[in-house]
Amino acid sequence: MAVKFLAKDNLVPWLAELAETHRTIVPKREGEAVVFRPFAKEEAPELSARPTESPKSAIFPQCDTLMSFRYTKDEEDPGKVLLDLREMKDESPAVVVGCRSCDAAGFNTFDRVYMTDKITDQNYRARRENTLFVTIICEKPATTCFCNWVGGSPTDTSGADVRMTPLEDGWVLESITEKGEPLLSSTLLKDGDDRAGDAEKIRQQAKERMPEAPDLSEAPGKVLALFENNDFWEAESAKCISCGACTYLCPTCYCFNITDESSGMEGVRLRTWDNCMSHQFTMEASGHNPRPTKAHRLKNRVGHKFSYYPNIHDGNISCVGCGRCIKSCPVSVDIRSIVLHAIAAPAETEK
Amino acid sequence: MSNLDTLKAKIKERLPDLDMVVGWEQGFDPLRATPLFMRTEEDVDRLIWNPLCVHNLATYLPGLKGRKVGVVVKGCDSRSIIELLQEKLINRDDIVVFSMPCEGVVSVRKIQNRIGSLDYVESVEADTGTVKVTVDGSSQSFGFPDVAASKCGRCQYHTALLSDEFVGEPNNEKAEDDYSDVTSFEARPQEERLAFWMTEMQRCIQCYACRNACPLCVCRDHCVAQSRDPHWMTQENSTQNKWFFQVIHAMHLAGRCTECGECERACPVGIPLLLLKRKLNKEIEELFDYKAGTLIDSTPPLQAFKVEEDNINERGW
Repeated sequence: MAVKFLAKDNLVPWLAELAETHRTIVPKREGEAVVFRPFAKEEAPELSARPTESPKSAIFPQCDTLMSFRYTKDEEDPGKVLLDLREMKDESPAVVVGCRSCDAAGFNTFDRVYMTDKITDQNYRARRENTLFVTIICEKPATTCFCNWVGGSPTDTSGADVRMTPLEDGWVLESITEKGEPLLSSTLLKDGDDRAGDAEKIRQQAKERMPEAPDLSEAPGKVLALFENNDFWEAESAKCISCGACTYLCPTCYCFNITDESSGMEGVRLRTWDNCMSHQFTMEASGHNPRPTKAHRLKNRVGHKFSYYPNIHDGNISCVGCGRCIKSCPVSVDIRSIVLHAIAAPAETEK
Repeated sequence: MSNLDTLKAKIKERLPDLDMVVGWEQGFDPLRATPLFMRTEEDVDRLIWNPLCVHNLATYLPGLKGRKVGVVVKGCDSRSIIELLQEKLINRDDIVVFSMPCEGVVSVRKIQNRIGSLDYVESVEADTGTVKVTVDGSSQSFGFPDVAASKCGRCQYHTALLSDEFVGEPNNEKAEDDYSDVTSFEARPQEERLAFWMTEMQRCIQCYACRNACPLCVCRDHCVAQSRDPHWMTQENSTQNKWFFQVIHAMHLAGRCTECGECERACPVGIPLLLLKRKLNKEIEELFDYKAGTLIDSTPPLQAFKVEEDNINERGW
C-alpha cells in the first residue's frame, strides 16, 4: 500500500495529470448545488461540501444510449429491409475523485445485481471495470448521515481504490486496491509516511463523532412482516409527494427503464433511470400496476433497501446512509424513522 | 391561550368529523419542518406554526379528493385552495380550512447560502424579527427579511382569503409587487436569457419535484413528461429537453399559478423556477387584470371566453 501526501496547491495539477489518461470526474459547485462533472483546470473541485447528487452517473448514466439502429431498403430487393444495429459501450478509463466513502460503496449494491455469475450487464460492467474511485473521508457527520447504521463508516474503504484524508495543508492519499496504486505515481505527490499518523488521528476522530447506531438486524424481517399492512404504509407515505428526488440522488437506486426513441427509419435505444415513486413504475402492458398507490411505492423503496435486497444478498442492506433522500426531500420524509417505526411496530397476530 | 393553542383546540374540535387534518410538525433537524397528518388528538399536540412552516399543504388536497380533510394554510396557500375550487379539483364541502395570520416564512436556501452548509444545524430560533441559527456551537443571526422567502417580501395576503376557522387578528397589509424581478430579467438580451436557463437546467435531474410539489400541477400520473402512450416527449436527458419540460410546465400554469414558490423550493438542485412562472403571471395580469386564486367567485381567464377582451386589441387596428 502506498501512502502519499498531496499539498493543497497540487490538487488541480494532479487532477490535470489524471485527466490526461482518464475521464476525470469531480464534484463541482453549480449554482446552489454540488454536482459531479468532468474536471476542468479552470474550475476548482468542491471537496469540502457534501455533493448534492451521488456519483452514480459516472458508471450508470441517467440516460445511456445502449445502441443505435437504422433501417434501409435493400436496393436489390425492395421488399426487404436491412437493419444496421450498433451497440454502444463505454470502456474508456475513468476516475472519480472526491466522492464520499458511502458514495463509492453504493456501487457494491449495483455489482451484486448487474455482475453476477448468471447475468452480467455489459454496459454496466464496461464502465465499472474501467472506473476508479478516490474517496474522501467525512470528518463530521451531517444531521442526515447514518452510514454506521447500515454497515458503513465515514472512513470506509469498501468502494474506494484510493482514500483521501484531509489535513490542514493537503491530503493524505492511500491506495486501497492494486488498481488504485498507479494513481499515486505522480511526482506531484510526496511520500506521506510522516503524515500517516495525523491522518489516522483524523479518521479516528471522525468515527468517534458518529452518533450511536441502532441495531437494524431485525429490519429485513420486520419490514417484510408489514408487507400487507396498508395502514402502516399509508401513514408513513402520507406526506410523500411522489417525486423522484430521493431515488435520483440515491447512490444505490439502480432501477431503469428502456425506451426506443425512433424517428423515421432510425433511432436509439435508451436506458434511463427509473424511480419507484413514479406512477409508471412497474406499470404493466395491460395497464395494471401492482403498486397502484404512493403507499405501495414507498413501501417498495423502503422494502427493497431494508428487506428484499438483504434477504437475497447475504444481509447487505442496499442503502449506504448518505442521507440525500432525507436532506433533499421537498417534504423531509425521513427513511430512518420509517425503518425504526417498522422495527418498533407490534408483530401482527395471525388471522 | 396562545393562538397556536387555540388553533389546536379548534382542530381537536373538528377532528372527529374529519379523516385527517394536514399541518406541520418539526422535522429531522431544527431548521426543517415537515407536513403532519393529524388523525388523533396526540397528533394535534405536535402541530407547529412558525416561519419554518414553508410547505404549501394545499398540494395534498387533490390527491385526497373524496375524503373529509382539514388543512392548515398560510395566506398564500389559501390562494391555491381557491384556484383548486374554481377548477373543481376539490369539493368545498369536503375540506375545512384552518388558518392564522402569517408574517412570513424562511427560505431554507437563503439560510444555506449564508451559513454555507445545512449539514450541522444544531438549533434555530426563528421569529419575524430575526432568525438565529446555531451551527457547530456558534450562532449567526439574520434579519428576517434577509432570509425570508422572496414571496414574503411582496406578500399581499398575510390573511387567508378563505378559511373556516381563523385564529388571531387579520393582517391586511399589502406589499407592492411590481414584478421588478421579471422586468429586470426581461431587459437582458435574448441570448443571455437563453444561456441563463441552459446553464440552470443543465443540472436538472428530472426528478419532477417541481411538478409534484405544485398544488396546481394536477395531471400528475398523466404528465406529458413521462407518458409512454402517447409518447409525447423523448426520454433523452439533454438540457434542451429538460428546458422544454419547464416551458410546458410554466405554460400549463399560466393564469393558474398562485406563486407559492413550491416548484422552486422543492428543487433539489436549486433552479430558480419561480421566475419563469412569474413571467407568465405578469403577462396574465397585464392581459386579463387577473391574479390566480384571489377571487373565489371569478372564473380563471383561460377557462373563460370573451368575444372582446378588455386589454387585448384584436380588431382595432
